[in-house]
This record gives sequence, structure tokens and C-alpha cells, in this order.
Amino acid sequence: MNNSTMTSSHARECWLPTLQLSMQEVFNLMLACPLEVAPEPPAEDALDITAMVGMAGQLCGVLTVRCSSKSAALMASRMLGIDPEKAGPEMWDAVGEISNMVAGNFKNKISGLGDSCMLSVPTVITGADYNVHSMVNDRLQTAFLFEGQPVVVCLEVHN
Amino acid sequence: MDNIRALIVDDSSVMRKIVERSLRQAGLSIAQVLEAANGAEALAAVQNNKVDLILCDINMPVMDGLEFVKQLSAVENGKGVPVVMITTEGSEGHVVQALSAGARGYIRKPFTPDQVKEHVLPVLASRS
Repeated sequence: MNNSTMTSSHARECWLPTLQLSMQEVFNLMLACPLEVAPEPPAEDALDITAMVGMAGQLCGVLTVRCSSKSAALMASRMLGIDPEKAGPEMWDAVGEISNMVAGNFKNKISGLGDSCMLSVPTVITGADYNVHSMVNDRLQTAFLFEGQPVVVCLEVHN
Repeated sequence: MDNIRALIVDDSSVMRKIVERSLRQAGLSIAQVLEAANGAEALAAVQNNKVDLILCDINMPVMDGLEFVKQLSAVENGKGVPVVMITTEGSEGHVVQALSAGARGYIRKPFTPDQVKEHVLPVLASRS
């Protein structure tokens, strides 16, 4: 599996393809743009926008979508049909909404999670120099290329 | 149905714009689009305006979409206005909850403009 990481219990190993599919479906349907798995991990400092959605209930954790400001502007541009340079603050809203849809799409694909896992509204962080400390048991992550720019989806599971 | 006055309820302004664009792509004649960022704002918008159709998210701050649907018929201008949920909460349980609360349709995010058309047109047709 190229450029995907998994520190998971065996039972959750099958979740990674589902997470990837959830991400790809959102980009296909809402941005009319296919995503390709990146051949190598992106430079972390290039990912200066992070959108987070909390998950609580039968599955507790955080789903994040990270990308560069340039990628976020392109996403807003694709979603709204506007010039990327005119995306402005809506780029944050766009990435937040993408993370929300990926989280929802993912949990709806996992049997039994749809009704028993709640989602928070998205939170968006700007800047790449930060640390998140949480009680993570499992971590699933894949980097994609969107219009040649890296976009990383990560699911950190706490239980 | 022509000259529809639609209310779009979502805490994401980007999503509100996408839904509006999808309605126009569905070929609906839209006279007016009102926007609200949560259920409480939406109730106020309905009280102050006559609307023909409401498209509503579920997960929102202040007041969520399910609570909005439950309270809608009790506010002025709210009775009988069809609501179509557009949400990431796509489980059968959420669909049943929404329809039981009074929603007339349910669209799962991510969606295509065709799916919006497929769900909204029958709702409007049954109203006219």
C-alpha cells in the first residue's frame, strides 16, 4: 500500500480502504475531481490547513484533512465555481465541509457505526507548527494528490 | 412549480451556495433564496418570510436540523412547508428520525445535482 500508514488493531485494518474510498467519493461528487494516492509522503510544513471533525460514541476519535492553502483555495474554487484567488476565507469553510463529508461518508460505510457514532461540527486550524496530544490507539492515514497538490486524510481512533 | 422561494439551512456558507447552485441546475425557477446558519435562524426566517421549500442540514450549532423540523409547524408560515434534509448523517436511524419529525425527503452528502433534483421535484410536485 503506497504512502499509507496504519498503526491499528487487526480488526480495523480493513478500514483504510474504506477511508480512502470515502475521501475519493467526496472529491469525485462534490469537486468533480479524482484523487490519486500520492507516491510519497508530503512535506509536513506544506500542510498549513487542518480541518478536524470529532467522532464520539461507539467510535471515538478525530478525522483530519490536511492540505496547503493553495490546495484549500483550489477546493473552494472547485466547489463554488469561482477563481481560486477569490476563495478568501471560504477556503477554510470548504476544507471543513470536506472533512465533515468524509467523516460522515466513512462512518456510514462501516456497519453499525451510522447510528452509534456522532460527529462534531468541523474545526479548522491554520498554520503547520502545532502538536496534537490525544489518547490515540489506532491511526489510519493516506496522502492523495489533488490537482498535483498533497491532501492528507487521517483517522485517529481513541477506543 | 415556478418562482420558488427556498430557504437553505446549513452552518457552512460554502454548502449553502452549493445547494443553491444545485437547485438552479435542477431547472427550478427560483424567485428567492434565503439562508440560515442553524435551526434557530431558520425558524426566524420562516416567521418573517413565506417559503415554498426548505433544505436543511442536521448537524448544526445552536439548534440542529431535527429540532428545527419538529418546531417548524408551530411557527407562523411554517405549517405545511416541505423540508428536505441534506446531511452527512446518512444512517437509516437518522432517516427515520428525520421523516418521523416531519421531513419530506433526505439527501446524503456528498451528493450530485441530479440527486437534489430527484429528491426535490417530487416534494414540490406533491405540494402544488
